[in-house]
Amino acid sequence: MYILQAIVNGILLGGTYAILGLGMSLSLGIVRLTNLAHGEYIVLGAYTSMLLQAWLGIDPFLSLVISVPFLFLAGYLIQRFLVNKAMKNGEEPALLVTFGISVILKDAMLLVFGADARHLSADYGNVTVNLAGLGIPLLNILLLILSGTSILLLHLFLQRTYTGRAIRAVSDDAGAASLSGINVGNTFSIAAGIAAATAAAAGLCAGMKWTWYPSSGGRYLLIAFVIVVIGGLGNVGGTFAAGMVFGLIQAVGGASYGMLISYVFLILILTLHPHEAFLRFSDKRRKTCEEGIMQEPSVAREDQNASE
Amino acid sequence: MRSGEIISFDDIKAGYGRSRILKGLSFSVREGEVFGVIGPNGCGKSTMLNVLTGTLCPSSGRLFYREKEISGLPSYKRCRLGIGRTWQIPRPFTGMTVYDNVLTGAVHGAGESVKQSREKAEKVLKETGLADKSRIPSGELTLLDRKRLELARAMASGPEVLLLDEVAAGLTEAETKEIMALVGGLRERKYTVIWIEHNIETMLKATDRLMCMADGRNVICGDPGEVMGSEIVEELYLGKD
Repeated sequence: MYILQAIVNGILLGGTYAILGLGMSLSLGIVRLTNLAHGEYIVLGAYTSMLLQAWLGIDPFLSLVISVPFLFLAGYLIQRFLVNKAMKNGEEPALLVTFGISVILKDAMLLVFGADARHLSADYGNVTVNLAGLGIPLLNILLLILSGTSILLLHLFLQRTYTGRAIRAVSDDAGAASLSGINVGNTFSIAAGIAAATAAAAGLCAGMKWTWYPSSGGRYLLIAFVIVVIGGLGNVGGTFAAGMVFGLIQAVGGASYGMLISYVFLILILTLHPHEAFLRFSDKRRKTCEEGIMQEPSVAREDQNASE
Repeated sequence: MRSGEIISFDDIKAGYGRSRILKGLSFSVREGEVFGVIGPNGCGKSTMLNVLTGTLCPSSGRLFYREKEISGLPSYKRCRLGIGRTWQIPRPFTGMTVYDNVLTGAVHGAGESVKQSREKAEKVLKETGLADKSRIPSGELTLLDRKRLELARAMASGPEVLLLDEVAAGLTEAETKEIMALVGGLRERKYTVIWIEHNIETMLKATDRLMCMADGRNVICGDPGEVMGSEIVEELYLGKD
């Protein structure tokens, strides 16, 4: 019974992990950039829900109606006016810009909210549902539904809409996408906006599950990395599956060993199957460089030699 | 830029890093003609296409499209203006179906309504012989069909000028005939074509004018027969006895 309870807990926990990794997966898979501020976006999402609950007295889940568009806009504008410009000079300047944004957001949140631990609470936070002898917290079920719905909606958006197709085209080959009439810079900004919007949902999930501080972004970022490496870049379904795997490892390993086992698992993947994690990434980044969003003359020169 | 010309290179210099490939390239392409480009390996043919599509910014010189200078225009705007391109090694969006590839070109390149884009995508798929493969993931296509798809996606974006980079490269003789028949039909559809090809014999039958490049410059341009018969082409490109 203990194992069964652990598996159920792991699956429920996996939903939260999946949504923590979703934005990072999009950022790496489409924009080809490690957004070091993603953890802070998640914390900002949690604070936004907390403020809306305090000011308007609304349920944390309802706060998403405001926090999702707010984070989308923030992510879009930061990408459009800061990161895209830095990306023209290469990957490193863009990475430094996201690091700078991370530091600014962290310090701003510390200034505004203080260093106190916070937690999002709701009336149903302590309700437990009994199912076949297993005690399942209602909150965990709701968080899994939120995570699953977000991932499903994003999947449908990417598959069925014209903007979604443009995002997939840019993810596949930014150079060819640009020569098909797609504004790659704007598509990057939309993708970054969506990644930040998922951070609003992730902030809600993390905020209801754990206590957080202005400095919690680093921890969330690390979890997001693990999920992305297990699930694959830009792979929405893979992110969900990776979240489940990570949740199960955490639940079965317990509080003491869960994290340790997870990171050993991460190192094993990177050692045994680095191709899926990084070679595909570098290949896609090469195509992004060709398009001219990132300048990488040496790579462009190799391509030139190959084609002539 | 003279009347009737659609593309004009005016003393374009460009390269990658410190390596200069185009060293003052000048030529013009007339509206509706099939303009062939030949030259030895490394002479800058593909670089010329990269400059024309905006993938590579020239360090100096001016580039005109219908009397409008486009040297600083990004690639997607050039596509929307009417410049479409295929690659020597096809670059379909492998995560999408054939239909979605073409539809993406129609929606974003041509900028038409959803209904018009769908109709255009279906029309172009029929014209390129891909209608029965429209639901197949593009990554599963053969090389010939990938080349067809490249052409279809470019055509769906509503171009006036089509840039063909070695469409016959890597194809068997029978496949080459098929793709050449398709390319031959482009003239009837009133496209202006700039065509790089190593298979000169095949290309000569379909071109109105031919330019030979060497060392990043236009060394001779004119009637294909005259160009091929010129001493400089024999020396530079075909080798002299």
